[in-house]
Amino acid sequence: MTGTETEAIAERVLAHPFFVGIDPTLVHAMTSKAEERTYDVGEMLVREGKSAEEFFLVIEGKIALEVGAADRPGITVETIGRGEILGWSWLVSPHRWRFDARALKPTTVVAINASVARYALAAHPAFGYQFLMKLLPVIAERLENTRVQLLDIHGR
Amino acid sequence: MVADVLTPSGHPPGATGAASAAAHPYAPRPFVVHARTQETPDTVTLRLIPRATGDQLVFRGGQFNMFYVFGVGEAAISISGDPSEPDELVHTVRAVGKVTNAMAALAPGAVVGIRGPYGRGWPLDSARGRDLIIIAGGLGLPPLRPTLYEIFRHRDAFGRVEIIYGARTPKDLVFYDEVQNWRGRTDLRIQTTVDAAGRDWYGDVGVVTTRIPDARFDPQNATAFVCGPEIMMRLTAQALAQRGVPPEAIWLSMERNMKCALGFCGHCQYGPSFVCRDGPVFSYRTLAPLLSVKEV
Repeated sequence: MTGTETEAIAERVLAHPFFVGIDPTLVHAMTSKAEERTYDVGEMLVREGKSAEEFFLVIEGKIALEVGAADRPGITVETIGRGEILGWSWLVSPHRWRFDARALKPTTVVAINASVARYALAAHPAFGYQFLMKLLPVIAERLENTRVQLLDIHGR
Repeated sequence: MVADVLTPSGHPPGATGAASAAAHPYAPRPFVVHARTQETPDTVTLRLIPRATGDQLVFRGGQFNMFYVFGVGEAAISISGDPSEPDELVHTVRAVGKVTNAMAALAPGAVVGIRGPYGRGWPLDSARGRDLIIIAGGLGLPPLRPTLYEIFRHRDAFGRVEIIYGARTPKDLVFYDEVQNWRGRTDLRIQTTVDAAGRDWYGDVGVVTTRIPDARFDPQNATAFVCGPEIMMRLTAQALAQRGVPPEAIWLSMERNMKCALGFCGHCQYGPSFVCRDGPVFSYRTLAPLLSVKEV
């Protein structure tokens, strides 16, 4: 990847809502191996159980998070769209995806290399804290939403 | 006086009792089931016409009737039809108990009893000139549909219109074809979401509150009408308030077990108010202290 391409991706990352307010120094440290990708409808971004070697910033499109089982087709438990972040398995040992992710619409993402990101967070603890303070509300919100889904409020 | 405490300013006046000149307030008027539509596996829409000439019901969106299945019982059911077409009374019923199961089993030609309309509906007049956010969860869409028809009919009177509709699964979405038609309109936006779905669903999955950040409206100049399960309304109102919508501009439709529907019996008491008489539509400013109290 050329320096210009790396710089262009860093700009896309800086403009993404998740990274607003995060120090550009960290962004540049995290995005040295980042790349922009597109997925057609039905294409898989990640598969449950596989090594989580990256995470994604959704630039455009819609992604279904699915939980599957051998005896039934995948059930979509959440959809993620433009401006959102997909994946924190890369940050949590043993760094394996806990779900499938499939494009529901033509989708563009920036894929950020997990090893580079983990190294950047460890090398810059203050920035790492800043990053986690952005990620934690996302995790908390999804946990709260999952609790409401578990209540099955429409089923009563 | 209870009503003074709980009736928020800006609420439309009147229409707290039966519109009909029935001789006795508990006497139902006979209506005939004209048509029946199976909306979902457990939900039907019944179209009724009055058996007596001149017995049409004039109502406002958000009001309800006491719907009597003779020999079985009576239940409060919101009106889901078009207020501009009073010749036909429309109710959408989910079969969850003895009475509503009997309603859902009614066939064309059956005669039922109707008392109403009752309650205070959605304060649409107070929303004129403002953006509108309509949020329905599950069977919360039928009580909002009459008001949506009014909004469509007077579309120029309002700013942006955002509709968010959530259900348990795709097969639980009521008025599916009609909602699809609304999607074709260029003067409003609809977001539909479900709690879980199979691979044949290409829409959103997640609770309705996850759709609020994507809704386009000016929070300070917006009015929200929210109807659905109580937990959903509480979380939705919190999310709207967090986005900056004033509590007095957020309206929720409450549901409680009703018997007389006239504000006498107290079955539907909710804190210091009677839902049948002072509601079912209340402002979030009024409800907020009660919504966090368990088992009220």
